[in-house]
Amino acid sequence: MNKFLMSGNNIIGEAAIRAGCRFYAGYPITPQNELTEYMAEHMRNAEGGVFIQSESEVAAIHMITGAAAAGARVMTSSSSPGISLKQEGISSLAACELPSVIVNIMRGGPGLGNIRPAQGDYFQATRGGGHGDYRTIVFGPATCQELADLTMDAFDLADKYRTPVMILADGMMGQMMEPVIFKKPKPRQYSENFMLRGAGDGKSKIIRGLILDAIDMEEHNWKLARKYEVITKSEIRYETYQTDDAELVVVAYGTAARIAKGAIKRLREHNKVKAGLFRPITLWPFPETQLRSLSGKIKDFLVFEMSTGQMLEDVRLSLQGYADIGFHGRPGGAVPTPAELANVIARYYEKKD
Amino acid sequence: MAKVIFQRPKYLKENVFHYCPGCGHSIAHRLIAEVIEEMGIRGITIGVPPAGCAVLAYNYFDLDMIEAQHGRGPALATGLKRTLPDRFVFSYQGDGDLAAIGIAESFHAANRGENITVFFINNAVYGMTGGQMAPTTILEQRTTTTPAGRHKTLDGYPVKVCELLSQLPGVAYAQRCTLTSPAQVNKTKKAIRKAFQCQKDALGFSIVEILSPCPTNWKMSPIDACKWIDEVMSKEFPLDVFKDITPAAQKNTEAV
Ligand SMILES: Cc1ncc(C[n+]2csc(CCOP(=O)(O)OP(=O)(O)O)c2C)c(N)n1
Ligand code: SF4
Repeated sequence: MNKFLMSGNNIIGEAAIRAGCRFYAGYPITPQNELTEYMAEHMRNAEGGVFIQSESEVAAIHMITGAAAAGARVMTSSSSPGISLKQEGISSLAACELPSVIVNIMRGGPGLGNIRPAQGDYFQATRGGGHGDYRTIVFGPATCQELADLTMDAFDLADKYRTPVMILADGMMGQMMEPVIFKKPKPRQYSENFMLRGAGDGKSKIIRGLILDAIDMEEHNWKLARKYEVITKSEIRYETYQTDDAELVVVAYGTAARIAKGAIKRLREHNKVKAGLFRPITLWPFPETQLRSLSGKIKDFLVFEMSTGQMLEDVRLSLQGYADIGFHGRPGGAVPTPAELANVIARYYEKKD
Repeated sequence: MAKVIFQRPKYLKENVFHYCPGCGHSIAHRLIAEVIEEMGIRGITIGVPPAGCAVLAYNYFDLDMIEAQHGRGPALATGLKRTLPDRFVFSYQGDGDLAAIGIAESFHAANRGENITVFFINNAVYGMTGGQMAPTTILEQRTTTTPAGRHKTLDGYPVKVCELLSQLPGVAYAQRCTLTSPAQVNKTKKAIRKAFQCQKDALGFSIVEILSPCPTNWKMSPIDACKWIDEVMSKEFPLDVFKDITPAAQKNTEAV
């Protein structure tokens, strides 16, 4: 298979088109503009491909809702402030059970923040983000190859569970270039029964989230909850790195996990700390039991995030009472080098002794 | 054998409307259903109801339908139509839905010349939420949020949607009509038909604005509500064709 050297943003676009995405709507925002531009350049060349530069992120999410209902594979992308605007539509997509892929190339926040890489949108992504009782599957890729693979998988999972799937990366992942191989996409498995294409001579269909009767609405919420339970049982992904003999395990995702890997290598090379890495790949569902299973032999965990501590809460839910949990955070677009992080880890470990 | 001269349109379901007596939504629904039946396009039409009194429109239209969040109908309809260019797609919206929260989506769908149709029910209030001021509330009109009447410097001016959108090159057809007499009802039905025809001929964005009574929130009898439209509301919102690029209309203007 051919190898391509591409930037993260372009990789997402190429993987989406290869996966059969035929409807993209988006609004410019740094640091994800290259993705919108990639779709502008390539989507209309794909058969049946639609690209729309929408008037806002709000419009974009509702455009993909219409296209998803009509049966297209759909995607929109943005960065933090724009993702906030999309939440109304993401909630609707979840309620109406419409498959869709949403990419968040996170930047520093809150507010307008800055355009530096950050991980401050973890809560928003993993807790549903919009109003109501729902979840979205959230992938936290850490390499360009993973961006390609997970983008393709996102479309398959969106169809399989009829739910929005989010790819949560940051400005660093969006801008960095690495060689990638695009895997062969799987044939689409999605029933026409779920598509709205005009009733023909048959019975008309309704897609809606409005359910006025409280008991019926309750049942719809439980139906969604049961689906989320199945996803939690079947779709968790994570990576462990050098945890077998580790005295301390760093828990990190995405760009933070890349930096942590570099730091861990360094610490081991200098015989300082035998550290390992636990890296959630699905941020929701969070690999809770998988993380807890490490606490049998390892009692020291250090969470590293480019935020003031958000995934930290999931780590606590997994490990509280089983192990000691430390935290190191760099919010607002500050990105430490692996050497800096190695020092932090070493100091943390020494202090504990 | 008795001859049937009036019956339920084929593509209105057997459900009883939840609309108040004298409400314009019921008549507008009926007209749209009649036109869809006459044009034979039921099987290839997808409707988008709004958040508003017509939120349950899918309980009445026997059509494929998908709800939109408040004001987002034209964006959703854009996604449907671009994916299924050979289907008829319409968005049905109130004045709060279209001209307040959804003005951006409406304006830009029109500006892109999306080949969709918008049915715009202008009743000068927010019906569903209890009669608050709408962007189309006229000056001095009392609503629950303009208890002393709409004040131009404090509350702004009524938004004239057809006048605004007809400026955009993407708009093929914009007409304002009403439902206050059989003659007006017939005119409105013709406008609905023309709007769908525009879509059929891929001419671009079409909008039919319907001045529509809301007796409940206007606190009037249905008859007084119609009178108010004729005597007051239609002075602010003149009944007119604001844009018509259909070939027939073009010929007429050339002849003048
Ligand atoms: C985001 C959002 N904000 C507010 C509402 C509440 N809401 C529902 S309908 C409506 C206004 C309806 O007025 P209009 O569009 O004029 O339609 P009508 O009911 O008069 O037909 C409002 C404010 C909502 N559903 N969603
Ligand atoms: S409140 Fe007004 S718009 Fe709503 S159903 Fe009643 S009359 Fe119609």
